[in-house]
Amino acid sequence: MNLEPVIGLEVHVELKTDSKMFSPSPAHFGAEPNTNTNVIDWGHPGVLPVVNKTAIEYGMRAALALNCKIANHTKFDRKNYFYPDNPKAYQISQFDQPIGYDGWIEIEVNGETKKIRIERVHLEEDAGKNTHGEDGASYVDLNRQGTPLIEIVSEADMRSPEEAHAYLETIKQLIQFTKVSDVKMQEGSMRCDANISLRPYGQEEFGTKAEIKNLNSFSYVKKGLEFEINRQEKALIAGGALQQETRRYDEATGGTLLMRTKEGSSDYRYFPEPDIPNLIISDEWINDVRTSLPEMPKERQERYVKEYSLPEYDAVVLTATVEMSDFFQETVAHDADPKQASNWLMGEVSAYLNSEQVDLHDTNLTPKALADMINLIADGTISSKIAKKVFRELITNGSDDVKALVEEKGWVQLSDPSKLLPIITETLDKNEQSIEDYKNGKDRAMGFLVGQVMKQTRGQANPGMVNKLLKEELDKR
Amino acid sequence: MAINEETVKEVAKLAKLEIEEEDIHAFTKEMDSIIEMVEQLEGLDTEGVEGTYHGLSSHNVWREDKAEKGTDKELLFKNVKTRKNGFIEVPAMFDNGGSEA
Repeated sequence: MNLEPVIGLEVHVELKTDSKMFSPSPAHFGAEPNTNTNVIDWGHPGVLPVVNKTAIEYGMRAALALNCKIANHTKFDRKNYFYPDNPKAYQISQFDQPIGYDGWIEIEVNGETKKIRIERVHLEEDAGKNTHGEDGASYVDLNRQGTPLIEIVSEADMRSPEEAHAYLETIKQLIQFTKVSDVKMQEGSMRCDANISLRPYGQEEFGTKAEIKNLNSFSYVKKGLEFEINRQEKALIAGGALQQETRRYDEATGGTLLMRTKEGSSDYRYFPEPDIPNLIISDEWINDVRTSLPEMPKERQERYVKEYSLPEYDAVVLTATVEMSDFFQETVAHDADPKQASNWLMGEVSAYLNSEQVDLHDTNLTPKALADMINLIADGTISSKIAKKVFRELITNGSDDVKALVEEKGWVQLSDPSKLLPIITETLDKNEQSIEDYKNGKDRAMGFLVGQVMKQTRGQANPGMVNKLLKEELDKR
Repeated sequence: MAINEETVKEVAKLAKLEIEEEDIHAFTKEMDSIIEMVEQLEGLDTEGVEGTYHGLSSHNVWREDKAEKGTDKELLFKNVKTRKNGFIEVPAMFDNGGSEA
């Protein structure tokens, strides 16, 4: 039996607002446990949740970036469940009128482009964080509870773990460009559940699906799906029937474990949230948000190739994150050569970020400083060798005036013939043998002499100029 | 009968309510009469009438995104039975219908 995997993903993304979705308590990460929470979050009697307008706008931004339609009429619903991570005993979510619907994104796998449809994008609130102790107790921190979330539900359009991986990467990239979330899986600001079933190739009807939870990294998503395909395939080939179930990815084994079957699944008893009046979103507001969206990666890539004559490879690498892409554009705006800016960002800058495990904004490098440095190389003020030192200084300590910095540090390249000539003459005088070798056609002699001059100037001589002057002087002897 | 005893047990389970076996019959009758009353609405002709999702006709009630300090922790924790290192201590729960956010 030849079986085809059918995969749909549910992605949760935390919105980077100042306050929570329905209460003014801080939606900030890293505070003392249970301090960024208030009586509304706890659902005390008589409190009233009020919608955070910015969260609505962020939800629209994200939905529009995923090519969704925005609902003019939308509302919130209660989803009832008992669990210690949510003292209200219900989550305010959106049931049948999500803010965004009918979207799509394009993914690329093995050089082929595929469209994945998005069923809906809805707004809701996050739950608190449970830490399971080993002493038969769990520990609850409600700081995260109530943080605005969007849930992005795809259609079951993916056919392999690789496609699921590419879909996630693309969602991350697009949301990140809208700047409504950090979308970091390792920090939990982006999370993923997967629905997967198998069916014989050619069959239209879906097979029995399993939902996999706890897929907390890109590689877990891939591994979890691969494991699940294998498990379901074995069961089906052995002639067994699958039951609809929820499973949990187990990081230790790379497998999935049964959490509950459909019979045990919760009945959430959704109903319209009586505490929050309906929302009416005007076309005018939708258009305002649409026009405020930044240029997306695909358009930027095309423009970099057309406007800056960058290779497509560069364009793709530079637009992997909005931070890198914005930095590149600002560097070019400060008159740097686009290809040079690209080379530095893809080379030294990326290597630094990688080795230090930091983001661009954690460093002291500014687009202006990078542009100034590139221009100092271009006009011969510094050598490309010294530039690496300059770069190190700029990214670790920063500088508003790169020219002053290289002068102060004595990094200016020696190009002045009147300063270089005495050193060259002295070097030649000391190396009679090399002059003879040069005259006898030994090319290595020239290299040796250049090296000596560079040594004398502690690497600051302009190698091109040294070469030129040396040749002239040698020919005179 | 719109409601039977199984439904009452199921609803009680979802609401985490313990109901004495001897009370189930009475609750079933009560709930059934409530549902029956509400079901009278089904008799109305609602052809062409738009659905209502909210009792209030107001809309777009929202606030600006500005954080305010959380409620004093000691006040909130007056309703917390057991605590440890600033966390609320609860009996361990593993994925039995767990967090759905």
